[in-house]
Amino acid sequence: MRKMLLAALSRVLQGPAAAARPVSRVVVASRNYADFASEATFDIKKCDLHRLEEGPPVTAVLTREEGLHYYRTMQTIRRMELKSDQLYKQKIIRGFCHLYDGQEACCVGLEAGIKPTDHLITAYRAHGYAYTRGTSVREILAELTGRKGGCAKGKGGSMHMYAQNFYGGNGIVGAQVPLGAGIALACKYFGKDEICLTLYGDGAANQGQIFETYNMAALWKLPCIFICENNRYGMGTSVERAAASTDYYKRGDYIPGIRVDGMDILCVREATKFAAEHCRSGKGPMLMELQTYRYHGHSMSDPGISYRTREEIQEVRSKSDPITLLKDRMVNNSLSSVEELKEIDVEVRKEIEEAAQFATTDPEPPLEELGNHIYKNEPPFEVRGPSLWLKYKSVG
Amino acid sequence: MAAAAGALRRLVRGGPQQGLGRLLQLRSGIHGSAPAAVQVTVRDALNQALDEELERDERVFLLGEEVAQYDGAYKISRGLWKKYGDKRIIDTPISEMGFTGIAVGAAMAGLRPICEFMTFNFSMQAIDQVINSAGKTLYMSAGMVSVPVVFRGPNGASAGVGAQHSQCFAAWYGHCPGLKVVSPWSSEDAKGLLKASVRDDNPVVMLENELMYGVPFEMSEEAQSKDFLVPIGKAKIERQGTHVTLVSHSRSVGHCLEAAAVLVKEGVECEVINLRTIRPMDVESIEASVMKTNHLITVEGGWPQFGVGAEICARMMEGPAFNYLDAPAVRLTGADVPMPYAKILEENCLPQVKDIIFAVKKILNI
Repeated sequence: MRKMLLAALSRVLQGPAAAARPVSRVVVASRNYADFASEATFDIKKCDLHRLEEGPPVTAVLTREEGLHYYRTMQTIRRMELKSDQLYKQKIIRGFCHLYDGQEACCVGLEAGIKPTDHLITAYRAHGYAYTRGTSVREILAELTGRKGGCAKGKGGSMHMYAQNFYGGNGIVGAQVPLGAGIALACKYFGKDEICLTLYGDGAANQGQIFETYNMAALWKLPCIFICENNRYGMGTSVERAAASTDYYKRGDYIPGIRVDGMDILCVREATKFAAEHCRSGKGPMLMELQTYRYHGHSMSDPGISYRTREEIQEVRSKSDPITLLKDRMVNNSLSSVEELKEIDVEVRKEIEEAAQFATTDPEPPLEELGNHIYKNEPPFEVRGPSLWLKYKSVG
Repeated sequence: MAAAAGALRRLVRGGPQQGLGRLLQLRSGIHGSAPAAVQVTVRDALNQALDEELERDERVFLLGEEVAQYDGAYKISRGLWKKYGDKRIIDTPISEMGFTGIAVGAAMAGLRPICEFMTFNFSMQAIDQVINSAGKTLYMSAGMVSVPVVFRGPNGASAGVGAQHSQCFAAWYGHCPGLKVVSPWSSEDAKGLLKASVRDDNPVVMLENELMYGVPFEMSEEAQSKDFLVPIGKAKIERQGTHVTLVSHSRSVGHCLEAAAVLVKEGVECEVINLRTIRPMDVESIEASVMKTNHLITVEGGWPQFGVGAEICARMMEGPAFNYLDAPAVRLTGADVPMPYAKILEENCLPQVKDIIFAVKKILNI
């Protein structure tokens, strides 16, 4: 009954100019103070601890603004990845394409726990991070389709997207981990209280260079949070088949670690704040294992069902989807409504469609730019093409 | 006075000259008294370069095994830890892949690291970080992320260190776009190239030579200045000649000059080119020389297949110098075997002065 009255009220308030105004704004204006709480407190899962007396808090406060922001961001990433799936099947995206749908709470939760002046580096399942670190959907999709409007002008592709304080997008499994510790070393060197989040997957966790990096990061007390995004499978190999110890949060040995529910954005956020505080206080590195899940296969060439069951995927989707979890929390605690969130969905869909439109119509980079960006701050020189008669100019 | 100053500039920058004696002559001519040039070993020249660049730019730091408290495995960084401390001179554990990645990451985040490999043989453990993380990132990011890092250390054969410690990596790194690769011979080369490499905003691989560390060279007054740089990408004509061009890099340059000194007694004037930079290679200087002498011999310590000499020969085929060659270009290289230990075997696995003389006579038909 109340809903009908309010709907009627909003129609009256809209007036003749309503067609020009976005509907959501009107609805929100008419419903905000009356019906929505400004914040709510939630119980979150306690983290498993390694070499720590105390862990992150077991409750988290979510404000309405935060909730709406997280919801919109996660939904944007979800739809962006699904659009990429579509474009890949149409052969408009080529090569490697590793999708992030299912893991949204990780990148959005991490970003919520740090500052834009902090640094982040990850591996190749990076589209979500490119977005949370400030790249637009347009630029991400245009990079995937290899156009000049892409964030790397079409030179990088899926695995090589960069932004301010975001160092990619790295294709060699595990290589980004020492890089991240190096960035943390620079943070400590410059003394600006910044930290570096260094991500890797459960598959990469068995790379030797990661253990070399743990050692140096601990020895030199680098402000580095090592983050293992454990989505249970390294390509087609389940964690049980790849690791003698699947307690990834303990594998830093002397480095304190926490294991976090990576499907709950509040859990991720609180854990990140906790770890960031630890690093900023000069205590050295920390390790966070985020237990998460990817709906897609390893990449677009992997259907993802030869090494796991459809039932398992379905179960995660129905019981642990990060977007649904947030949505239910918000609706059940009057932080938002089903309609409001649906409106966000509509806006997001529109944004993705427009971005896809751009990504499929923007021209490819001009051939003349093939030789560019070999060296920085170098006078222009010539780069050899496939034959001695084919030369390209290179500017830095 | 201006003419003399001009001559001095040409001498230092690699203009035509006929050996270090000439340099000393001119110096005494200008000042009328003892030359201001001094004898400096390659080791000390590198040490000076490191000291000057650390002092000049706060962002520069050195990391590697034994660089700090041990004063450097080959004493290149002697005294630096005492002067600059733990923040700027960092001893690493034996973790090449790890600390090389750390150096590259630090460079991406705005520092200017110098990453020392105890020898370049160990860089193979970290080669992914050098090529994929350092070399390619500027290109992949379309110019957004630059990597101003220097990788340096001894390269190539030493004396009796066996096969696993004697490999030359000039061709390996020289193969890769995105990297710069330099290879000093003299003290002037070492100092000027290291300083230029540190100031360069790109990843530079500097291939030193352990056997050269203790060799003294005359360093001109200009070369002793704190802003003395040797440009990357420019070869130097160490000795002017007319009958044959000898192109070389690193220790082999000395052998070429020795061979030239012997051959001059038989009336053969060799032009000796010190490449100084492997990538980007100064092909124009080689071409100009070959167009003058009509004969080319490349000399290097690395293995023959797919090497520096092979590249030079291929480039000669493709450019104007081809039509000036009176004989096929010839390569002198390390023998196509892993480096053996026994002295007689090891000696015969590298191009010696007698091999260079033999090759010159062979292609000149004398």
